[in-house]
Amino acid sequence: MEKTRETVLRVEDLTVCFPGKLETVYAVNGISFHVDRGETLGIVGESGCGKSVSTMSVLGLVPGRGRVSGGRADFKGRDLLGLSRKELDAIRGNEIGIVFQDPIVSFNPVYTIGNQLMEPLLVHGKMDKEAARKKACEMLELVGITNPEERMRAYPHQFSGGMRQRAMIAMALICGPDLLIADEPTTALDVTIEAQIVELVKELQRQMEMGIIWISHDLGLMAGMADRIAVMYGGLIVETAPVELLYGAPAHPYTIGLLASLPRINEGYRRLESIEGMPPILRQFPASCPFANRCKRRTARCGEQVPPLRDLGGGHLAACWEV
Amino acid sequence: MNAETKKPASGEPILEVRHLVKHFPIYKGALRKKQVGKVHAVDDVSFSIAQGETLGLVGESGCGKSTTARTIVRLQDPTSGEVLFRGTDLSTLKGGEMRRMRQNIQMIFQDPYASLNPRMRVGEVLREPLMEHGITRDRGELDRRVKRMLELVGLDPQFENRFPHEFSGGQRQRIGIARALMLEPSLIICDEPISALDVSVQAQIVNLLEDLQRELGLSYLFVAHDLSMIRHISHRVAIMYLGALVEVGDCGDIYQSPLHPYTQAFLSAVPVPDPAVQKERGRVSLEGEIPSAIAPPSGCRFRTRCRHACPRCAETRPEMRELSPGHWVACHLAGGEPGTRPA
Repeated sequence: MEKTRETVLRVEDLTVCFPGKLETVYAVNGISFHVDRGETLGIVGESGCGKSVSTMSVLGLVPGRGRVSGGRADFKGRDLLGLSRKELDAIRGNEIGIVFQDPIVSFNPVYTIGNQLMEPLLVHGKMDKEAARKKACEMLELVGITNPEERMRAYPHQFSGGMRQRAMIAMALICGPDLLIADEPTTALDVTIEAQIVELVKELQRQMEMGIIWISHDLGLMAGMADRIAVMYGGLIVETAPVELLYGAPAHPYTIGLLASLPRINEGYRRLESIEGMPPILRQFPASCPFANRCKRRTARCGEQVPPLRDLGGGHLAACWEV
Repeated sequence: MNAETKKPASGEPILEVRHLVKHFPIYKGALRKKQVGKVHAVDDVSFSIAQGETLGLVGESGCGKSTTARTIVRLQDPTSGEVLFRGTDLSTLKGGEMRRMRQNIQMIFQDPYASLNPRMRVGEVLREPLMEHGITRDRGELDRRVKRMLELVGLDPQFENRFPHEFSGGQRQRIGIARALMLEPSLIICDEPISALDVSVQAQIVNLLEDLQRELGLSYLFVAHDLSMIRHISHRVAIMYLGALVEVGDCGDIYQSPLHPYTQAFLSAVPVPDPAVQKERGRVSLEGEIPSAIAPPSGCRFRTRCRHACPRCAETRPEMRELSPGHWVACHLAGGEPGTRPA
């Protein structure tokens, strides 16, 4: 492994729930993770597993009625969960950049791309308008948009999906953040465009040395993108490991099942192994392993206690009684 | 273990698509509508599907793969071209005849939430095709068939009194498959049937489709954008780009020795869930994005993004050529030994 790097974000024991009139949904149930500078942490899971909520809540972006009910999130010596809205506003888009899944809804349709790119610089008081315009142009060029001066005057609908996502990345990185959070940034794109965007982000990371949290459901994509992976299921991290270990020696039955259910382009026919049943809806705080009812290796203990993450060596942790 | 070992039962073509064209006109003006152009959604597409075979039709968004599928079942009328089902041209059939023909060709849709009527119980959804097509109106017979079908697709027969919202995405897609099978069709057009499902559920549905094919001898046209899944489920593959087919061939041929520069780039962009493989794999990167289908490039449609493009590519549209048995490619420059890249 490389020399130890500075940790940018360290989240500990985060819980997020969505209280409702009739019942409460427990979306994130005590998870911990960290990202170092220059490193990419991939958070992988199926829809509803809590992967987006776990990172967005750290930034004060819990949707609807949701609220963070516990934990801490250290970002450069400050606990993000204890900050006021104003203090968070000063961090978001400045020290932490965010890229969302759907670039068409993330841009304001009535302002030009240039206007929106300059906004973070102006809001955070980094520079005056002229300098901001110049910086925005440079940034557009950096993310591979040709003819940036002209493109600055375009509106979001005049950009294609791939170009919008490039502009979104430019906007997220324009203030030179320490951390980039990318929430399924390529899910809406075609594979050839996805490959372009992934290459772009990796290149920018080499140049700018930021930490990245990349949220995705695509285990294939993460294999080439992330340095470490955290697999989430039922609001918990069930396994986390450096990529080589996670794909080479997966330990949790869920991870093993997911990998076996994927067809691979580089191999011929084999019957896919499916995981029977479906992901849980979290109406109670987990009192047992969330995967127990779909697990082939289930024992009596799995239905009684939540397995803690146990260290398997080399930064590999898995939460399973049977490992 | 190889894709080639997954051979279809017989070689007789069940569906032949010949020179299929579908253009959508673009109008301007509110009162006096004037046609100002057209979207070339499908432009001269030809392929065939054998009895018991799965043909994967794959391409990126906007390439016309779904339009092709919908035009085959006449959800849209083709602009020109022929669609032959067991030798009968579907595009000439009139109302009642087409209706009868539809018993043989059924469709499974992408979105299991939008494709089921929320006010109909599962039993009604499944009984409707039988009654509509006048197969039977006998209650006992209908009930028997519905129960048998629910079992076949892996659902509890007691679910017939439930409404679609009571089911998960995967279960709904099973209902969609059951509905398509009620009329005992021989060909099923699957339009991205698993794209809306979670990864762990996708494998369940794909395995079900495979089992049904083996048991009932079905043929599939499987439309998707996921090249890994297409390789898994198909016997043969057709790659589509901007309304036209660029390469057609056996699964093994296409994936091991792609001939068209687009296929090569498309395949190399697909991520593999294995970091070691990912590092070794070379990537043919593709610059730019798909041009507009309103005014596609002259000659070869891929030439604007192709590394090998030469003046000839702008002048004439490359015809499909059979470079090795069953392996067709539409590129002026592809040739020589299979597996070599165009010079």
